[in-house]
Amino acid sequence: MKKRMFSLGMAVLMAASMTACGGSSSSSATTAAAAAETEAAEAAEAEDSAEETEAAAADDGATFKIGVIGPLTGAAAAYGVGVANGADLAVKEINAAGGINGYQVELNSQDDEHDPEKSVNAYNTLKDWGAQMIVGSVTSKPCIAVVAETSADNMFQITPSGSAVECISGDNAFRVCFSDPSQGKASAQYIGEHALATKIGIIYDSSTEYSSGIREAFVAEAANQGLEIVADEAFTADSATDFSVQLDKMNEAGAELVFLPIYYQEASIILKQASDKEFAPIFFGVDGMDGILTVDNFDTSLAEGVMLLTPFSTTEEGSLQFTADYTAAYGEEPNQFAADSYDAIYAIKAAAEAADVNPDMSYSDICDALKVAMTEISIDGLTGENMTWDASGETGKAPKAVMIVNGVYEMQ
Amino acid sequence: MSFLSYLINGISLGSVYAIIALGYTMVYGIAKMLNFAHGDIIMVGAFVTFTMVSTCGYPPMVGVLCAIVFCTVLGVVIERVAYKPLRGASKLAVLITAIGVSYLLQNLALLIFGSNSHQFTSVVALPNLKLADGALTISSVTIVTILLCIIIMVVLLTFINKTKIGQAMLAVSEDNGAATLMGIDVNRTIAVTFAIGSALAAIAGALLCSAYPSLTPYTGSMPGIKAFVAAVFGGIGSIPGAFIGGVLLGIIENLSKAYISSQLSDAIVFSVLIIVLLVRPTGIMGKKINEKV
Repeated sequence: MKKRMFSLGMAVLMAASMTACGGSSSSSATTAAAAAETEAAEAAEAEDSAEETEAAAADDGATFKIGVIGPLTGAAAAYGVGVANGADLAVKEINAAGGINGYQVELNSQDDEHDPEKSVNAYNTLKDWGAQMIVGSVTSKPCIAVVAETSADNMFQITPSGSAVECISGDNAFRVCFSDPSQGKASAQYIGEHALATKIGIIYDSSTEYSSGIREAFVAEAANQGLEIVADEAFTADSATDFSVQLDKMNEAGAELVFLPIYYQEASIILKQASDKEFAPIFFGVDGMDGILTVDNFDTSLAEGVMLLTPFSTTEEGSLQFTADYTAAYGEEPNQFAADSYDAIYAIKAAAEAADVNPDMSYSDICDALKVAMTEISIDGLTGENMTWDASGETGKAPKAVMIVNGVYEMQ
Repeated sequence: MSFLSYLINGISLGSVYAIIALGYTMVYGIAKMLNFAHGDIIMVGAFVTFTMVSTCGYPPMVGVLCAIVFCTVLGVVIERVAYKPLRGASKLAVLITAIGVSYLLQNLALLIFGSNSHQFTSVVALPNLKLADGALTISSVTIVTILLCIIIMVVLLTFINKTKIGQAMLAVSEDNGAATLMGIDVNRTIAVTFAIGSALAAIAGALLCSAYPSLTPYTGSMPGIKAFVAAVFGGIGSIPGAFIGGVLLGIIENLSKAYISSQLSDAIVFSVLIIVLLVRPTGIMGKKINEKV
């Protein structure tokens, strides 16, 4: 009997500790969000008292509520935190300048830990909070899960970086970044036009549609660019620790450039193992490579010379002011995701002003107005000049690439 | 030449599986239970080493020693708190508890370290071995792992066959009830088994992350499962079997990546496992058990 009581106790204890883990992580996320909220509210208050005239437009207290969904913790946290901060910075600037159509903007960022289910939960939380537009999700799989919900609800959604084709499958959804196929195509074009190499190796993750989508488009375009694919190797989420065989095959096939359409966590291992093997081709990544310099304890000299397709560089002339403000506010340099999200907020602002919406409209009415306005606007953002959108939600802008030199991005 | 290079890669992956499998097979062979938390004790060992070496700046050896002590205590505590009360319960209950412990450890690590990836600094600071004018490179971690595997295997076999407590372990594994009647303290023997198994896990953790330097709270789970497969492959309960199973598994995995398809490598590994088990149900080195009628 005693034994049974004890094991029962253990079971309860274990269950309690499990829920404690889950509970506290979400509560910390909400505290972070709440902190961001109070900050925004304080900023808004300060504005109100400073500019009485501006406050008049919004004196019924109505505000635009924008929800942000992204991985604020977890393996893809570098992306999500960038998006949340980039949006926060844009909203602060907009509020300081008088808001959208004279209404202040409130922001609420929810963590999805790069998990589709949690992303949908985050969306529901934001809807309960009263969100009228969604910026997110940041990563592809969660974004696909969320877009199904937003298109059923007719909620306006713009993803800064969800690049899988299906991420914007509803007519309510738009994106700031390139889609996967266009990233693959753009990479092949960039490599071909700049004559970086002719013998190409590819290492991709066959268990994510992000990686396999980019690879497919890359392979299709490579032929047009006169690139020869000498080795094409895969790995899966379950075998993402050892890349020695893939690297050996690249080396043997004489690949001059290895294309890595994968996330930075695996890329950091590949770079380490390649350096152990003294195999030094050009490594060329896409937006998933962004964040490689932030891996804890990572020897950044390994990433020297790595090129990646990204529309944003902190050292580019147009980004200097943004970089300075961002670094002052959040204590780290912005990545591409921060820039994407900053542009997403300004795209919302441009569309909302073109459509002349106000916060008293229902989110469905706002969505109907915005999705027409989105196709008519053109903005000069951090991630491209004259960014335009078509009705399918895709953006039109020219691809750019950077190289990592002395631990920082250098625009090519 | 490329074949040799793939073979070496396979052996280095296999040696890591082997060192993890030793712990699995040790605990199974004696306590007759599958400790699914073994992979997560490896992760704990790696995090202790990481914290001591990269955060606190101690030399790697001190870090590994701390990890061994920490994991040994952790293993004994887990056994005392989670498994011992279930000694008389069904095998299934113990198995489920082990899975529970595994998630508990993962979530605790998530809570403390977050799920961001940490780049592990190798604990083996020796230069890599180069053969045939640099055409073949054998990493120092691989050499250390294989040597340690063999040393651990010999020490374990000697310990079990020559010492009193080792003999007690054998007796407990043969027949729990009879061992008690002969005056052997079964609980103490099993606790010692867990202590040894967990100490091995700590070493495995440091070596796993030295070879594949990305550390997250989930680092131990997939290698843990593969190592379990290696242990079954080699004959679970058999110490040389774990070593052979681990190395073979690594070689099969890498050769199928190299010559058949990198997409299908896991499917091939597990198909080989099924075939081996169909032909030899107790694994390569497993003891044949005659059912008495």
